[in-house]
Amino acid sequence: MGIGGGSDMYRQQILDHYKNPRNHAELDDATFSHTGENPSCGDTITVDVRLEDDGETIDYMAFSGDGCAISQASASMLSERLQGMTLDELEAMDTDDITEMLGVDISPMRIKCAVLARQVAQDGAKLHEGEIDDLDVTKTED
Amino acid sequence: MEAPEQEPYPLDVEAVRADFPILQRKVGGDVTVPGEDEGDTKPLVYLDNAATSHTPDQVVDTIADYYRSYNSNVHRGIHHLSQEASVAYENAHDRVAEFIGAEGREEVVFTKNTTEAENLVAYAWGLNELGPEDNVVLTEMEHHASLVTWQQIGKRTGADVRFVRVDEDGRLDMDHARELVDDDTAMANVVHVSNTLGTVNPVRELADLVHDHDGLIFVDGAQSVPHMPVDVADIDADFFAFSGHKMCGPTGIGVLYGKEHLLEEMEPYLYGGEMIRKVTFEDSEWEDLPWKFEAGTPVIAQGIALHAAIDYLEDLGMENVHAHEQLLAEYAYDRLTEREDVDIYGPPGDDRAGLVAFNLDGVHAHDLSSILNDHAVAVRAGDHCTQPLHDKLGVAASARASFYVYNTREEIDKLVEAVDDARQLFA
Repeated sequence: MGIGGGSDMYRQQILDHYKNPRNHAELDDATFSHTGENPSCGDTITVDVRLEDDGETIDYMAFSGDGCAISQASASMLSERLQGMTLDELEAMDTDDITEMLGVDISPMRIKCAVLARQVAQDGAKLHEGEIDDLDVTKTED
Repeated sequence: MEAPEQEPYPLDVEAVRADFPILQRKVGGDVTVPGEDEGDTKPLVYLDNAATSHTPDQVVDTIADYYRSYNSNVHRGIHHLSQEASVAYENAHDRVAEFIGAEGREEVVFTKNTTEAENLVAYAWGLNELGPEDNVVLTEMEHHASLVTWQQIGKRTGADVRFVRVDEDGRLDMDHARELVDDDTAMANVVHVSNTLGTVNPVRELADLVHDHDGLIFVDGAQSVPHMPVDVADIDADFFAFSGHKMCGPTGIGVLYGKEHLLEEMEPYLYGGEMIRKVTFEDSEWEDLPWKFEAGTPVIAQGIALHAAIDYLEDLGMENVHAHEQLLAEYAYDRLTEREDVDIYGPPGDDRAGLVAFNLDGVHAHDLSSILNDHAVAVRAGDHCTQPLHDKLGVAASARASFYVYNTREEIDKLVEAVDDARQLFA
């Protein structure tokens, strides 16, 4: 059920993460950083990830950027979710994992907003691990 | 509560709405199969007419009648149905010519949409005529349909592409236009009505300016022809284009108007059947205008339906259509400017076309549009195919409400209520 007569998509949790983003920062000691955008929306997200000494476990993710509530709340929630996860687990996350994390149905036109942070984190991880080497900025497709 | 006295609508809105069954729909449930509503639904408030307008029964019936009664290819068969289809299709060209003040069907080419009309001229004329010594003058408020097209033709031909500035009020800086247009200006492309700012541009003044320098002018009428009386001769446009689906017609049809002597001199844009008179293994001769530019089986049903759409609009009266939208635009502008948290782009309410693009402070246009959708209010959110203009405005996106013959003040009130709700959610 929505609040204020408004959208199911904008439940308290989403709005809370949008208004009070968690881990909204830039890390000085990030193991890797990566940036992405939704060109058509103007959403931008930069993800900074610090790994533990094993080089696989995510110690901390921070993000910066701006854009719509869905994209920013998704980044905020992802930053909490990733703590303690391995890079393999991150790379295995799919769209269903993101909608489950958000806890709301995302309308088809807004999915790319919801998955931007995950895409940026995954591309950052792949660049770090040398699985890809020619990506400057992640851009979602229309 | 007693409603304040309001100016009567220039159109019989109730009667108009009865012609558009889609306006009876309720939306807002799960998006499943098109047309099937499930869950919590509300009556549709359709304010996305600048993107596409709805289609009245009279036009839908015309399309159905064509397919049910005389569906046939044109200009080929000697048989009865083909002759009926050919006559109806040719008459549609005459009807369009009459509607926009062209001299005859020779000046009316049916295309897929405005974008294809722009490309037709860019390829058939631009690639052949432009060189590094020439310049093409656009405006900062051009739609991507013309902006991207001439930008790319500029890259291929070496022609300099320049943009007339938009001032603080969302109007063209005419002093800047007079600086940019010079004796090397081969083509100017100007949007008649901005789909983002709602500005109505002084196209005749621009045409005179360009003609004084022996250049040509292409006027993009996608947002003017559906909404106001337009006469291409009064404007003195060399080329003019618009789309059927924004004026009660179907998708898949646009119109390119061109002065006959210009179209006559131009090479075809597409080759194939229908556009030829005589073909040998070695060479081909082109058909007369306008068929020279309509290669392949053309947009027969859509062309005939456009005829019906024009009949529909002229029955309402284009002056009345325009007056109705003016009234709604001014009302929406006033209701939204009452708020201190709304930014509206473009000229004041009494000097704009029937659309309002805006942002709600602190709420991204896509979030706003999603919340409006929960109120069954359909608006466009995004850059409206004017990305460089949005960059200039300093915003990534905006929400745009745009009005047509069936919209009412009550629907604008619902828009404002939905904006209130968004405000509360994001407070």
